[in-house]
Amino acid sequence: MPPDFLSNVYVFILAGFLAFEIVKRVSPLLHTPLMSLTNALDAIVVVAAIIIAGRHESRLSVVLGLIAVAASFSNMVGGFFITDRTLRMFKTGKAKQQ
Amino acid sequence: MSAIEIAQILDATYLVAIVLFILAIKWMSSPSSARRGVLVAEIGGALAVAATLCDPQVIQYKWIVVALIVGAAVGIPLGMVKMTAVPQRTAMALTFGSLSATMIGIAEYYVGYPHVTRFGMGEISLEVIIGSLTFTGSLIAAGKLQEILPLRPMVYKGQNFVSLSVLGAAVVLAIAMVVNPNLALLFPVMIAVSLFFGVLLVTPIGGADMPTVISLLNSYAGIAAAMLGFVLDSKVLVIAGALDGSSGFILSVIMCKAMNRSFTNVMFGAFGQVQAKTITEEEPRTVRSASPEEAAEILAAANRVVIVPGYGMAVAQAQHKVRELFDILTRKGVDVAFGIHPVAGRMPGHMNVLLAEADIPYDRLLEMEDVNSDLPQTDVALIIGANDVTNPGARTDTNSPIYGMPILDVDKARTVMVIKRSMSPGFAGIDNPLYYMDKTLMLFGDAKAFVGDLVRELSAVQGTPQEASGSRVAGD
Repeated sequence: MPPDFLSNVYVFILAGFLAFEIVKRVSPLLHTPLMSLTNALDAIVVVAAIIIAGRHESRLSVVLGLIAVAASFSNMVGGFFITDRTLRMFKTGKAKQQ
Repeated sequence: MSAIEIAQILDATYLVAIVLFILAIKWMSSPSSARRGVLVAEIGGALAVAATLCDPQVIQYKWIVVALIVGAAVGIPLGMVKMTAVPQRTAMALTFGSLSATMIGIAEYYVGYPHVTRFGMGEISLEVIIGSLTFTGSLIAAGKLQEILPLRPMVYKGQNFVSLSVLGAAVVLAIAMVVNPNLALLFPVMIAVSLFFGVLLVTPIGGADMPTVISLLNSYAGIAAAMLGFVLDSKVLVIAGALDGSSGFILSVIMCKAMNRSFTNVMFGAFGQVQAKTITEEEPRTVRSASPEEAAEILAAANRVVIVPGYGMAVAQAQHKVRELFDILTRKGVDVAFGIHPVAGRMPGHMNVLLAEADIPYDRLLEMEDVNSDLPQTDVALIIGANDVTNPGARTDTNSPIYGMPILDVDKARTVMVIKRSMSPGFAGIDNPLYYMDKTLMLFGDAKAFVGDLVRELSAVQGTPQEASGSRVAGD
């Protein structure tokens, strides 16, 4: 077992509990933007993709890494963009009259 | 700076990014703080990407910059789709996310080969299996939502057995690779089998179950990212994946409860939930139908109206007409609210987004529990394109396939109006006793056209027809 495995398990479990607590409080009104936001956060995979592609270890790893960079960066950009666009549409009655 | 110092600076930046991500989800608790959440998440993402580009391990940039530009060029149009296309956009995002995680997992194997440890192989196998099945599963879901593929459930005899055997084959291959990580020939076979399993997982699932499926795939995509974090020993991925994974999981549980499905049913991606329908011949029952004039008169005389939208409203693109109806009734002093069932539409929160897009204030969009306590005091419940979520048989008829599913108790309102194309049963093929009640008026027609007629009738009564046209032009 690699030395960092258990500490990663700690982090995973604690993050899972934390996520449970905060996601539970998300208004059901916003479940659609919540999905697009967490998709965008998930796109942080792009950092691993950049490393894989940038280390230049083999032609295959560079190609796979670059596909991953493009795919995850499109998620990050598109995910944040649509989340913000969606949230801008949510207005209260008062804000609407102004 | 030494390599260790640089690594520490990078780690600290990732930590900042993660804290900002967590704050972003926390601020989604209310629409008033949610946009601030997106802003901090964007800052977090930008920091993490910028820091990674400074990582000394990255020795060539040209193609990375090209890939980033390609990603942005694909991502921006995907962020600009119409709100009616958000479910398929979400499915496409899950496809890209899992594609990315899978590609990295595959690259890790070949980079490490032939020195991959057994433990590392276990992690990589799990990651690649989940990533691959999420990839094809999301692709099929996107195809169904875009209606390139048929939305109806596609089932055949022995389906569960075949699907589970394919999953079993992937697991057996993974075990073989853990035993001997240098069996490189098996690796692509394992990926192919997992990709195939993803297809089998989602193909049998019909349109009405899409909210559950899409949440579940969201959860899988998060788990794949977290697993990748284990493979690469990257805490930022472990945490981001855990956030996404739990969020998708919680949404699937909410969807499940809203459809009265069991937990196992969710875990196995809605296997075997397509029940054989027995067509019972019954004596023809009478329904009462009404014209737009009659319906408009009743609406104008009401004190409180609850509108229940369903996927039919989205299909007919009726949300802007519904907003006109909302405006004109509100001006007449009618208290109008919307009753939103958690599984209305094709993904969690779908109806809220469509109605918000049509400029309906979100404080008028009520959850099922809040609306149900109000419905007995409601004069008119107006159902637009919803069916099963209003079926009182779910409360009373133990033989109904949806018995036990929480519904909007529209039958308790004084008058019920249902806008519907014809008497054909809804998606699930279940007859709705609501339509035969004495207080129910069927309004036959296309949702958009009928609501338009209602608006015209109401403004004719008021004598100011120009008001109804409003300031906005209806979508598309």
